[in-house]
Amino acid sequence: MKKVYSHPKSLKRRAFHYCPGCGHSIIHRLICEVIDELKIQEITVGVPPPGCSVFAHHYFDVDMIESAHGRGAAVATGLKRACPETIVFTYQGDGDLAAIGTTETIHASNRGENITAIFINNAVYGMTGGQMAPTTLTNMITTTTPYGRDPKLEGYPIRMSEIIALSKGTVYVERTAVNSPAHIQRTKKAICKAFQTQLDRLGYSLVEILSPCPTNWKMTPVESWRWIDQEMVKEFPLGVIKDITGAKNAD
Amino acid sequence: MTRELMTGNAAIGEAAIRAGCQFYSGYPITPQNELTEYMAKNLSRRKGCTFIQAESEISAINMVYGASVAGVRAMTSSSSPGISLKQEGISYLAACELPAVIVNMSRGGPGLGSISASQSDYFQSTRGGGHGDYRTIVLAPSSVQEMADYTHRAFELSDKYLIPVIILGDGMLGQMMEPVEFKHEIPKILPVRSRAMRGAKGRPSMVIKTFTSNPSELEELNWSLFRRYQLIKKEETTFETFMVDDARLIVVAFGIAARIARGAIKSARASGLKVGMMRPVTLWPFPSEKLQELVNQVKNFLVFEMNMGQMIEDVQLALGDKADISFYGRPGGVISTPSEILRVISRLYYQNGLDAGK
Repeated sequence: MKKVYSHPKSLKRRAFHYCPGCGHSIIHRLICEVIDELKIQEITVGVPPPGCSVFAHHYFDVDMIESAHGRGAAVATGLKRACPETIVFTYQGDGDLAAIGTTETIHASNRGENITAIFINNAVYGMTGGQMAPTTLTNMITTTTPYGRDPKLEGYPIRMSEIIALSKGTVYVERTAVNSPAHIQRTKKAICKAFQTQLDRLGYSLVEILSPCPTNWKMTPVESWRWIDQEMVKEFPLGVIKDITGAKNAD
Repeated sequence: MTRELMTGNAAIGEAAIRAGCQFYSGYPITPQNELTEYMAKNLSRRKGCTFIQAESEISAINMVYGASVAGVRAMTSSSSPGISLKQEGISYLAACELPAVIVNMSRGGPGLGSISASQSDYFQSTRGGGHGDYRTIVLAPSSVQEMADYTHRAFELSDKYLIPVIILGDGMLGQMMEPVEFKHEIPKILPVRSRAMRGAKGRPSMVIKTFTSNPSELEELNWSLFRRYQLIKKEETTFETFMVDDARLIVVAFGIAARIARGAIKSARASGLKVGMMRPVTLWPFPSEKLQELVNQVKNFLVFEMNMGQMIEDVQLALGDKADISFYGRPGGVISTPSEILRVISRLYYQNGLDAGK
């Protein structure tokens, strides 16, 4: 009988600590599946951030280096330049990549650093308890926008992928989501393409993934999947934002 | 071996390349730009080497962190305000037990301060500097030749003890030119540490992390760092003494201040004052034991610093009430002259009656 589903080799056999309905565990698995399929487990180094995924090293069976908050792109730059044969990916949340690490991210992309960024956008700071993120939607209630995010006071949700796409060194940016089987499959293809971009030494690639945070959104997992479709994608439309890889589409 | 006329900044750059430094990232700030520029010119196109002008000092130190993880000798440099920004990264390097060399051509502060030479980063350099319980080795050269020599030593110590090493110079040392001789050739094969993380090939995957939800695990890390610090204190504490054998007054000074004090001491000796100097070379670990030995023969100490009195606290910790400790300092980037220090020495010498019974 043909085997259609198995535990990825580069994913450790350990129960995820993430909340029920959280997108991290799905995304971890997708990255590991891609690492296996590209046969790069032995040359891959991951750069996880502070936050809920600070324990990513419990799950990824590849070398992992914790980065200071927001500094992932700089750490990955140093590592990749010092050892270009490694495949380096950063795993960054919206606070990490779009607030405190904006500088590092923009400049790494602008230098065309040959690294892959996996950008988890769940519109809140998760581990610290649901504060406003740079990607928090207008009117959305968080612990630091208790009256709803008012653009006059708190600014607008930032579209980091569109900003990164403007850098000449960026070769591939796609925004996906993990709120349905179809979207999950699409996300895997995007992650695969982003890693392939690095293997082909083309430059900076980024996959932004809209990811549910039922705990801090105060929703059930099913409600949060729906909320991504109904609300989040209006601000953060899915699809390829930039692709100058010259390779065929991720489809 | 030929001697070359170079600035202190350039000498550090050349010495770093000869020490096998493979990675440099920096951000412009006066008075250390000649070092960044030297690396741009001489490291950036070298095979297997990387130079990056980073977008900030924070990025520069984090790039060094990434390069250090990959097992190569890596360096960054800045001056006081930029070093403040690097403290986050230095704390992570210390926590992860990663080698790196950080050069501080310090300038007057606080704030943006001045671009003139100052020693007001003593506290920041010797107390860890960033958050958490850690130390860095701090080397304080006082000539261009020492800047070259200590750069080599900094890389060696950093690799040996898996600890960030600070070279604490200042604007004068960085920008002045002196003849310098390089004692090492560029290595044919660039060094890569055995515990480099470059992917889990033929071994289990590894993790470099600082965060833990288990305080006792973190306590053990702190204890293990502390035990290494004790070993460094024992093995690597370095100092220089000058005319201390018959001295009745000992000047304690480091870096460029020690150079200025040396001139003053020579003049004092010429007029018959028995003055010597103890100059810490490692500011951390501080040569407390040497001071404790000297206090058996001398009771009068003058601490001279180009700040409002920072190293004096280490002198006081070492000597307690066993000695009469005076202080003279000029903060803000003002540079004392030898004749000014001579006046301070002479006044103290006679006020304390040290000329009695000569």
